[in-house]
Amino acid sequence: MSSSIQSSNNSLRLRPRQIQNRQLYSGFILALTLVATIITVGALLFVLGYLLFKGVRSLDLNVITKGPAPMGMNGGGLRNGIIGTMIMLAIASTIGIPVGILGGIYQIEAKGKFVWIVRFFTDVLNGIPSVVIGLFIFIVVVGPTHQFSALAGGLALGILMIPTVMKTTEEILRLVPNALREASLGLGASRWRTMSSVILPAAKNGIITGIMLAVARVAGETAPLLYTAFGNTLFSIKLNKPIDALPLDIFTMATSPYASDNRLALAGAIILIGLIFFLSILTRFTTGRQFVEEK
Amino acid sequence: MSSTISKVVESAPTPADTPMPSVDQPQSPSPEPIIAVDHLNFYYGAYHALNDINMRIIPREITALIGPSGCGKSTFLRTLNRMNDLIDGARVQGQITLDGEDINHPAVDVVLLRKKVGMVFQKPNPFPMSIFDNIAYGPRIHGTTNAKKLNEIVEETLRGAALWDEVKDNLKKSAFSLSGGQQQRLCIARVLAVRPEVILMDEPCSALDPNSTFRIEQLMEDLRKEYTIVIVTHNMQQAARTSQHTGFFLRGVLNEFGETSNIFTNPVNKETEDYVSGRFG
Repeated sequence: MSSSIQSSNNSLRLRPRQIQNRQLYSGFILALTLVATIITVGALLFVLGYLLFKGVRSLDLNVITKGPAPMGMNGGGLRNGIIGTMIMLAIASTIGIPVGILGGIYQIEAKGKFVWIVRFFTDVLNGIPSVVIGLFIFIVVVGPTHQFSALAGGLALGILMIPTVMKTTEEILRLVPNALREASLGLGASRWRTMSSVILPAAKNGIITGIMLAVARVAGETAPLLYTAFGNTLFSIKLNKPIDALPLDIFTMATSPYASDNRLALAGAIILIGLIFFLSILTRFTTGRQFVEEK
Repeated sequence: MSSTISKVVESAPTPADTPMPSVDQPQSPSPEPIIAVDHLNFYYGAYHALNDINMRIIPREITALIGPSGCGKSTFLRTLNRMNDLIDGARVQGQITLDGEDINHPAVDVVLLRKKVGMVFQKPNPFPMSIFDNIAYGPRIHGTTNAKKLNEIVEETLRGAALWDEVKDNLKKSAFSLSGGQQQRLCIARVLAVRPEVILMDEPCSALDPNSTFRIEQLMEDLRKEYTIVIVTHNMQQAARTSQHTGFFLRGVLNEFGETSNIFTNPVNKETEDYVSGRFG
């Protein structure tokens, strides 16, 4: 870029002009990266800040403890949606976690020409819009049962969780040093024992991170729930009946004509973001390092 | 160069109960081999890595395998406990027997084989667990869960690996808190815990400092009383110091195999002579 070959003198030292040029160039690039960072962080902070500013006054105990109030009245809450979301996340996890982890293990351990197909289909599944997954469940579960249900909602979210968990599990297992596998097999351990006693524990942190990320992602999914869980204005924890969910609440509250509802929508958004934030912090504090290397 | 090596061989401790036969006298009958390799051919896919290897490993001896890089000695070592099964496209032809049994037979429990034929690797690879759990891992997977028994095994093997005094105060420490030489001795203790018959060592000292190397060589001589050891080494002096029989591998072929003193002072083949005198390597 700047003249790097000493033309006039033979010494190691740079001329003042060269030093200045290098510093300018370096400073310029640094400034660019700083701007990029500021834009990114700024956007996040702006959204969060706006929501907090506008919505914080609506946050009170009622929001988590009460169901919807009659139209236009204050004092209502998002309890139904919060509980509904938690129930469906639990159902989703019972599908997403085992299938995801086992699928990741399969991709690492199985041999053969067709193992790549699993990864390919997982990637495709990852790219399918969540509303289409919802449609699938609508046809396959809601149809025959003639019933919107929490179970259907949970199933849809579970399917959405699978690709994320599988992909992160596979990537993290791949990073476990092969030396550990050889050491275990060399002692006469079977492949499954090696996987369960040595490799999975070593990859534990990364896998948990993957699970948390997947849960955080599906917690906010709204479209598939529109015609699987459907939503419910009444409190329900029955798995075979329609159930409310936080993202659904945000939608209905935000589009409602009543100002009291709109405030609740903001509060709901804050809670949802808070949930995701909380999961991320939990991940960072319980796992920290990527590998369990030192106790 | 070979005169230096012959000096090392002559000054190396020879066990009192095995008199070294001189070249002129008839060989005393060698004991039943513990591992017998016959016409072994090994392929990585289409690549013919080992060519018609024939070898007998004598029990309670240290057998060294030497040769230049890429000659197949590590590959050969790994056929002895079927670690090559892990590699896609690996193919074995010929026969390898342990105590007379063919180890490549389809009905063989490879898990049990690896219990009998343990392996220590070039770079120490302790599990990310405590020192105690590292050693207890083997016995646990083979069915020992009694805490008292495990304690005994851990102490016994750590003593056997000359590591007990250094770690006995805190066995719950992470294995990674040990130095390289200690970690390697831990790996050796770990192998001892499953009571193998044969211990395979793949360049166990190449990542270690000379002091640790010396301690491990001493350890090997101790272990020889109960176990059979086969060691792959790049370090010819180490082979000369420690082993009773040596095999020289060259480009996938077992070029020469014989008593260590002969290989280093009076080799039959020119290539062997060239290698041990350092003309190539």
